[in-house]
Amino acid sequence: MARALINVPAKAARGEIIEIKTLIQHPMETGFRVGYNGAMIPRDIISNFVCAYNGVEIFRAELSSAIASNPFLTFTTVAAESGEITFKWTGDNGFEAIETAGITVA
Amino acid sequence: MRALRALAAGLALGLAAAGAAEIAPGERRSGYDDMGPQTRAMQDDDSANPGMFWVLDGQALWSRKEGAAQKSCADCHGGAEAGMKGVSARHPAIDAARAKPVDIEERINICRAGRQQAAPLARESKELLALTAYIARQSRGQPVSIALDAQTRSFIAQGAAIWNRRQGQLNLSCANCHDDNWGRKLAGAGVPQAHPTGYPVYRLEWQTLGSLQRRLRNCMTGMRAEAYEYGSEEFAALELYLMARAQGMAMDAPGVRP
Ligand code: HEC
Ligand code: HEC
Repeated sequence: MARALINVPAKAARGEIIEIKTLIQHPMETGFRVGYNGAMIPRDIISNFVCAYNGVEIFRAELSSAIASNPFLTFTTVAAESGEITFKWTGDNGFEAIETAGITVA
Repeated sequence: MRALRALAAGLALGLAAAGAAEIAPGERRSGYDDMGPQTRAMQDDDSANPGMFWVLDGQALWSRKEGAAQKSCADCHGGAEAGMKGVSARHPAIDAARAKPVDIEERINICRAGRQQAAPLARESKELLALTAYIARQSRGQPVSIALDAQTRSFIAQGAAIWNRRQGQLNLSCANCHDDNWGRKLAGAGVPQAHPTGYPVYRLEWQTLGSLQRRLRNCMTGMRAEAYEYGSEEFAALELYLMARAQGMAMDAPGVRP
């Protein structure tokens, strides 16, 4: 299982703009490199990332070969209500990672 | 003619003396001090520093039973937070049985082979880097504290000799860049003073974490010199010299470097 590091404030005031940071362990092998044996190294990348806030999609990214390994994505949202923020990364070779973080909005 | 030759000799001497100039303690700067604000922010934030993946992997390995002895590191050392605090800051250290300096990677392998009765981990393997990063993390903020005594003296001198010796097709010494030209630019890169306080580091150019020896091999290749082997006595001495040179500076591993 790939490790992911998520940084979401545990508490926020209603209407506050919060910053969300995500870092995930992944080689992001481009598919353009040649290995020591002379053969192409097959592409192995994360191609999609989706973040949902209480089930509603708030951020999505499409990743490509040009993204460095261990992709770091950071974005902002408005703290609307208490609940759960989910993060899902999918990619080559059936790669899938899911993380969740709770937030209390008062 | 003779006067000119004398002048040339004088200049050469002057250059040699400048080459031997060590950095005054008050002028020492870590690699972190020389980085841009973005890279620093990445290192400082544990949820943005990719080196933390290796720290977390190392934490898991710490309590995994291994080898014929079926013992984990934790079985003997307890929690790493207390037991490994400051340990990376005082390595390389003299191993009593070998009467030679060993770096932290070698120290881990001595326990792997001797205490766990397991096969030693290869240099730059994921597992060895993970344990090194986890142990180094326990020294964050601790001052480098190499034992400066009769036992280490000759090895530090050996490391210093390597540091000051011109080698490779470009006929450069480590000191030519890191003592004499730190703060200047080499192509796009800033020349740092080469203090090893942040190792192992996540290097953005490598897109992965690497050991101090990997970094040193990079510099040797850049000098077009034949790089010493991983785990060689030359590297142990060079690492010891570098740490002695950074004595008292704060450890900040796992670092992030451009
Ligand atoms: C031609 C100049 C040059 C020479 C000679 C050279 N280096 Fe370097 N060294 C550099 C540069 C430039 C960097 C930083 C690279 C970067 O950030 O991309 C560096 C980085 C380092 C670092 C990492 C510092 C940090 O903060 O992460 C260490 C340690 C180091 N060198 C040691 C050595 C040793 C030991 C030698 C001799 C075997 C040596 N260097 C020879 C230019 C040199
Ligand atoms: C069976 C007990 C045992 C196990 C298992 C063990 N060690 Fe050790 N370790 C020791 C002892 C005893 C020492 C003291 C030095 C010596 O070996 O002479 C030591 C020393 C060390 C040191 C140097 C500490 C210092 O203060 O300088 C490090 C680092 C270390 N061990 C890491 C590890 C790691 C990492 C593992 C797991 C991969 C591990 N050890 C597994 C018993 C053990």
